[in-house]
Amino acid sequence: MNTSTRSDTLAKTMFSIGPSLLCLRDTLVQKVLPPVVILALLMGIWEILCSSPTASLPAPSQVISDTWELIINPFYDYGGNDKGMGWQILASLERVAYGYLLAVVAGISLGVLVGQSTWALRGLDPVFQVLRTVPPLAWLPISLAGFQDSTPSAIFVIFITAIWPIIINTSVGVRNIPEDYRNVARVIRLNGYEYFTRIMLPAAAPYIFSGLRIGVGLSWLAIVAAEMLIGGVGIGFFIWDAWNASMLSDIVLALVYVGIVGFFLDRIVAFIGNLVTRGTTQS
Amino acid sequence: MAAHYLSVEQVEMTFETKGATTNVLKEISLGVERGEYISIIGHSGCGKSTLLNIIAGLTESTSGAVILDGKEVNAPGPDRSVVFQNHSLLPWLTVYENVSLAVNKTFARSKSKTERHEWILKNLEMVGMSHALNKRPAEISGGMKQRVGIARALSMEPKVLLLDEPFGALDALTRAHLQEEVMRIQDELGNTVIMITHDVDEAVLLSDRIVMLTNGPSARIGEVLNIDLPRPRNRIALADDAKYNHYRQEVLRFLYEKQRKVESLAEHREKAAPISSAKKAHA
Ligand SMILES: Nc1ncnc2c1ncn2[C@@H]1O[C@H](COP(=O)(O)OP(=O)(O)OP(=O)(O)O)[C@@H](O)[C@H]1O
Ligand SMILES: [Mg+2]
Repeated sequence: MNTSTRSDTLAKTMFSIGPSLLCLRDTLVQKVLPPVVILALLMGIWEILCSSPTASLPAPSQVISDTWELIINPFYDYGGNDKGMGWQILASLERVAYGYLLAVVAGISLGVLVGQSTWALRGLDPVFQVLRTVPPLAWLPISLAGFQDSTPSAIFVIFITAIWPIIINTSVGVRNIPEDYRNVARVIRLNGYEYFTRIMLPAAAPYIFSGLRIGVGLSWLAIVAAEMLIGGVGIGFFIWDAWNASMLSDIVLALVYVGIVGFFLDRIVAFIGNLVTRGTTQS
Repeated sequence: MAAHYLSVEQVEMTFETKGATTNVLKEISLGVERGEYISIIGHSGCGKSTLLNIIAGLTESTSGAVILDGKEVNAPGPDRSVVFQNHSLLPWLTVYENVSLAVNKTFARSKSKTERHEWILKNLEMVGMSHALNKRPAEISGGMKQRVGIARALSMEPKVLLLDEPFGALDALTRAHLQEEVMRIQDELGNTVIMITHDVDEAVLLSDRIVMLTNGPSARIGEVLNIDLPRPRNRIALADDAKYNHYRQEVLRFLYEKQRKVESLAEHREKAAPISSAKKAHA
């Protein structure tokens, strides 16, 4: 009697946690398993391809054993450029932050101008369309000549790389604000500033954020190349330095870091975008 | 000639697009008294919205004038608030915020903060939307959105309330329901209303006067029908009312008999003046 009731309650609790466990298992199988399998497969292939002693690139196991010091100790600082990967990444992120934030402010302002005024659109759009096709690194010599210093040059390259998609997307967003919203603002008699903050920015926010997302990706692409050329602390120069010292394993590790950081930058901007534009996506 | 509360005097509207000119409205003159409910009815594309937008000040007429309460209208403003055909609530604001945007701007000086808050609540209560203050437009039904649009327009205490096919996008049941609400509010507040519609029953049920526009291009006021039915009006009782049915027939006759004649007349005119038709073909 006693045991049967206990097994009853046991069965009940099993039932109640059963579904959530099943659900968890389903998401694991559907979301986590495929990338893990693919990753393991790719690593395996890579390991096999590069396992011979004559291989020109290091195998994954080789990379890990070579760079173990760097992996477990990301924040050492022996002075000069000899700093841990964490510091290198942070230095790059700082440059990206300055250049990107400048691009955000300037890009949204110019985008609003181009979106609002037909005259500005006619005058500036051809200029933008030409300039945006210039590869980021082509700007570097000019900005080095102009600034006479490597840090502002790198920041400028980030700025000029990230700004075009922000301008273009913002102007499209502003031009696509429904006539109805403008009419509402006119009937209520919102002034220019109120119109900008209460109508224009929220209405164009989905467009603006898609520009911001493209922009952050491009600036991270550009920083590595720019730093290779200007030197100093930063993940780009770290890679260049490792190449000169023939430390291929260090390069592989750096690439992994660059990829992961780029991924998170993209996700952060997307996350902020989702927060801000919640509700803006029309019914 | 006694001055009307609102008078539309000899308004003409000609649009010019890429060389082609379309004369939409011709010699529109209309006087509206305080507290009157006017409907404007006419076939699609004849220029009803254009006329309403001219009265609202959203569109500038080619010639003629609109005078409200002794002053000429030349810009949109809260004294002529508009309920737009497709609700045009701002999707990133809640129901409460959509109304508060209008109230806080219109009564920034004349009402205190608490007074404005209560005024917003009162207007939303009047249209029966108190239960959804914090919902966003995407989360409420089409009928509810239109209610909020009406609350927003009423909350500005307009001298004239302008309704552009306010119930056009709604199903028959919701439409009937909202018509009742508008009649009740009209009894309560005694607003001056101009409503565009192409629903004959709606026009007869709600209006003191129905203004019928001829077909475009160059639409004029074809007929004006006084609706002399006691208020409050009840749609079920009126269904058998001889006078009501007579009015209905008058409007139907105008729309489906006389306007067809005008159409054939227009064709006739085109045959007589081949230059104008050649121009059109060119455009
Ligand atoms: N901005 C504009 N430029 C050129 N033509 C216009 C413009 N606005 C309206 N028109 C023309 O004016 C005419 C009347 O348009 P309007 O929107 O006033 O019609 P409507 O009577 O409200 O029609 P509906 O019942 O379908 O809403 C149409 O033929 C339209 O093509
Ligand atoms: Mg219309």
